[in-house]
Amino acid sequence: MNIYLDLFLTFAKIGTFTFGGGYAMLPMFQKELCERHDWATKEEILDYYAVAQCTPGVIAVNTATFVGAKQKGALGAACATIGVVFPAVIIITIIALVLKNFADIPAVQHAFNGIRVAVAVLILNAVIRLWKSNVKTVWARLIFAASLLLMLFVRLSPVYPILGAAAIGIVCELRGKKI
Amino acid sequence: MIYWQLFYEFFKIGLFAVGGGLATIPFLQELAEKYPWFDTAMLSNMIAVGESTPGPIGVNMATYAGVMAAGIPGGLIATFGLVLPSYLSILLIARALAKFRENRWVNAAFMGVRPAVTGLIAVAGVSMLRVSLLNETAFAASGAWESLFLWREWILFAVLFAVMWKWKKLHPIVIIAAAAVVGIVFGL
Repeated sequence: MNIYLDLFLTFAKIGTFTFGGGYAMLPMFQKELCERHDWATKEEILDYYAVAQCTPGVIAVNTATFVGAKQKGALGAACATIGVVFPAVIIITIIALVLKNFADIPAVQHAFNGIRVAVAVLILNAVIRLWKSNVKTVWARLIFAASLLLMLFVRLSPVYPILGAAAIGIVCELRGKKI
Repeated sequence: MIYWQLFYEFFKIGLFAVGGGLATIPFLQELAEKYPWFDTAMLSNMIAVGESTPGPIGVNMATYAGVMAAGIPGGLIATFGLVLPSYLSILLIARALAKFRENRWVNAAFMGVRPAVTGLIAVAGVSMLRVSLLNETAFAASGAWESLFLWREWILFAVLFAVMWKWKKLHPIVIIAAAAVVGIVFGL
């Protein structure tokens, strides 16, 4: 398949089936980008998320732009970005024009309650796998625990844990310690 | 001219809302006060729709707001405005990153960042668990512990988790679709 079309269609598929925003998209990104295509490693996706958190804009869109740019420059990035946005634009336009009470339809609420459970399972599953591959040393565990606790109990912008962790990474390298 | 205003306002939101889709809500509140496009009651409906439909929440909100303000072209222009700043900034960063990927210090910084991002994703998982498995409003109202736990959701959670564990190659779409069907059939 044409790579530009493939970028568009893959990201449109991701955009169609993810509920709950950027982090909830991670399992879908891993499946489509790391397993079904060879567009990014799981570590690279984490790096994209980190950059996306510290730059303006929607996380899922930023990640799509990143992956597209890595494959095929500015045009590839445009195809991926338009792809991830496309289904949402169509669905929301229809809802805003003709289905204003969409969120109050009982079947929609029941389906959505089920989907939320599925999204929780998918995210948890992704976290367990990421823990196994990226959180191996004492320092890594400390960084993980600090970012988890800071975000749970202090209502902090995610930018700070990321910048702090980057600084710890550099200090560890200076001292010759492995993360 | 309304199209230009929409583009300008959503370009600004795309430029300044750091940290994902939900960070756009305070900006949208400002828009509701400044323009006659939509009011705050409609805004809460937009948030409900944005969260219960697929796609990035920030994009959903921009499209909805644009359509409310100026029909289909309005939705397209607002979305374009929202996405453009992140598209341009990520293009620049992707170029720089490709150049410095092998740099020892850049690499060390990313080694530190990965466990932190794993922590952030865990937080997203915890909050999704809270809203999907616990009924905190019923518990606050009645004070009865049995009202806190949504037991049918717990069963679904356990089943889906076991299925994911056994069939690791399963596509997330299958899990999501199955959960939606179970939700409708059992009236979750």
